[in-house]
Amino acid sequence: MAMLTLGFVSMAVFAGTEILPGDVAEAVLGQNATPEAVAGLRHALHLDYPAHIRYFLWLIGIFSGDAGRSLANNLPVTELIASRLPNSLMLASVTAVVSVPIALTLGISSAIWRGSFFDRAASFLTMSVVAMPEFLIATLAVIIFAVNLRWFPALSYAAGMVSINQFFNQFALPVFTLSCVLIALMMRMTRAAVIDTLRSPYIEMAVLKGARPIRLVLTHALPNAIGPIANAVALSLSYLLGGTVVVEIVFGYPGLARLLVDAVSNRDMPVVQACVMIVCSAYLFLVILADIAGVLSNPRLRYR
Amino acid sequence: MIAAQKAPASARRRLRLPLAGIIGAGIVAFWVLMAIIGPYIAPHDVGALIDNDLFGRMRWGLPLGSDYLGRDVLSRILVGTRYSIGVAAAATFLAILMGGTLGMLAAVSRSAVDMVLSRFFDMLISIPSKMSALVVIAALGSSIPVLIATVAVIYTPGAFRIWRALSVNVNALDFVEVARARGEGTAYLIREEILPNILGPVLTDFGLRFVFAILLLSSLSFLGLGIQPPNADWGSLVRENINGLADGALAVVMPSFAIATLTIGINLVIDNLPGRWSSTGER
Repeated sequence: MAMLTLGFVSMAVFAGTEILPGDVAEAVLGQNATPEAVAGLRHALHLDYPAHIRYFLWLIGIFSGDAGRSLANNLPVTELIASRLPNSLMLASVTAVVSVPIALTLGISSAIWRGSFFDRAASFLTMSVVAMPEFLIATLAVIIFAVNLRWFPALSYAAGMVSINQFFNQFALPVFTLSCVLIALMMRMTRAAVIDTLRSPYIEMAVLKGARPIRLVLTHALPNAIGPIANAVALSLSYLLGGTVVVEIVFGYPGLARLLVDAVSNRDMPVVQACVMIVCSAYLFLVILADIAGVLSNPRLRYR
Repeated sequence: MIAAQKAPASARRRLRLPLAGIIGAGIVAFWVLMAIIGPYIAPHDVGALIDNDLFGRMRWGLPLGSDYLGRDVLSRILVGTRYSIGVAAAATFLAILMGGTLGMLAAVSRSAVDMVLSRFFDMLISIPSKMSALVVIAALGSSIPVLIATVAVIYTPGAFRIWRALSVNVNALDFVEVARARGEGTAYLIREEILPNILGPVLTDFGLRFVFAILLLSSLSFLGLGIQPPNADWGSLVRENINGLADGALAVVMPSFAIATLTIGINLVIDNLPGRWSSTGER
């Protein structure tokens, strides 16, 4: 199913290039190009083959690590991506490490004290965060932490990490912004998963036995909610892939998403194609991971 | 034991909206009104350079200050409301029209049609929404019809899922069987039997999808890939005034505030609707 989806994505992405008005070779060479030069470039770019053959050529290229050359600066796309991908992975993993523990703690504790003031405040807060666009949170974070308090720089360059202190400074605001949304998403899903488990008959039994609410959630409900929670974590992490787009732009962070947005503005299709393929593969990988986590934690599914 | 489980559910079933819901409804009504009459009550022309000061403070005549070219922020927000709400509403409506119709069709036909449609939309739904939007805009460029169509296509699979799930439940009920046995056609089943019974939840779903559409569109505008100048929606207003961020200029804060109030308002209404309106079932 996932491979099929990826195949579909690749076709859609390729079709996107095809409907571009105009000829790529002419666009690259400009208006003063001789017909011979255009024909030569068309041949070099395999543009004189029919669409389905070019699709497979491109697909083989992507899988063998040769995604063509950027139309904007003629650098190999692979090189461009290789320079940006580690930055994006870094940002995403720091965010994940920061937000997963916080989100799980908050989610589980608001499930323990559900209906309390803490729970209602937390759910209003997370609802507001989820309802706000990322650039809004990023903007607010800049106003508060960079402009008013002057704790962190408003831009993040990530050019060689010299010291721990500098590293912290550069990542603080982007990670804060992404974490806000991620924690909100993950917390809501975790809370729902735990509360869902709390409706089972064996919980009723434990209540009748006289178990306290904390014990009820931690020892009775939690082990059975691990599957849905792991699922929620993986799904929330897949949000990071889209969420980084805005955050990288706001903070001037040189990551993959920024490369993608620049390529979209320049209509640099080889770069767009390669970036989208990478992001979609990562996304599908996380979705599969979520499914596997769900199956592994449920013995009834595991031994089927 | 069954009685004990039922008890909390009945407490939530109140017909009147709680206070938070009324506040939310008020905010939403205000912005919809502004989308309709905004351009007529705007105090200044949107393009007019009226202030010598860039990012001017608020004063009499310029209630929200001026933007990066010295234009009136209030007027620009009022006119931008129409783009933000209008494009998102049109896209959501189209998405619901396509997804909803196909969803009900899939539920009623219960056969190969259902299989094919469900598989197809399952595949579409696993593409991140921002990615598909970026690819389409890279290929076609950004204009209002392209934006509406793109966002509509992006949210069709989600609408399909919800409408299908809701219709499948209703479709299994006896009165639909009876209608089917009477020999009614598919169109009649959808229109007269299914639709009236899922109306509440699908309206809630419309609200949620509308919020997603607003968020996606304003993010695109913020990236400079949405509504193009000289027109501006709230996202573009934040983008063009981002240089005023360092001074905490109202030109950046107010459009952001507009987006936040609208989306939070819609969420407040949805969260406080009585249980039978909920699109996710009772919680």
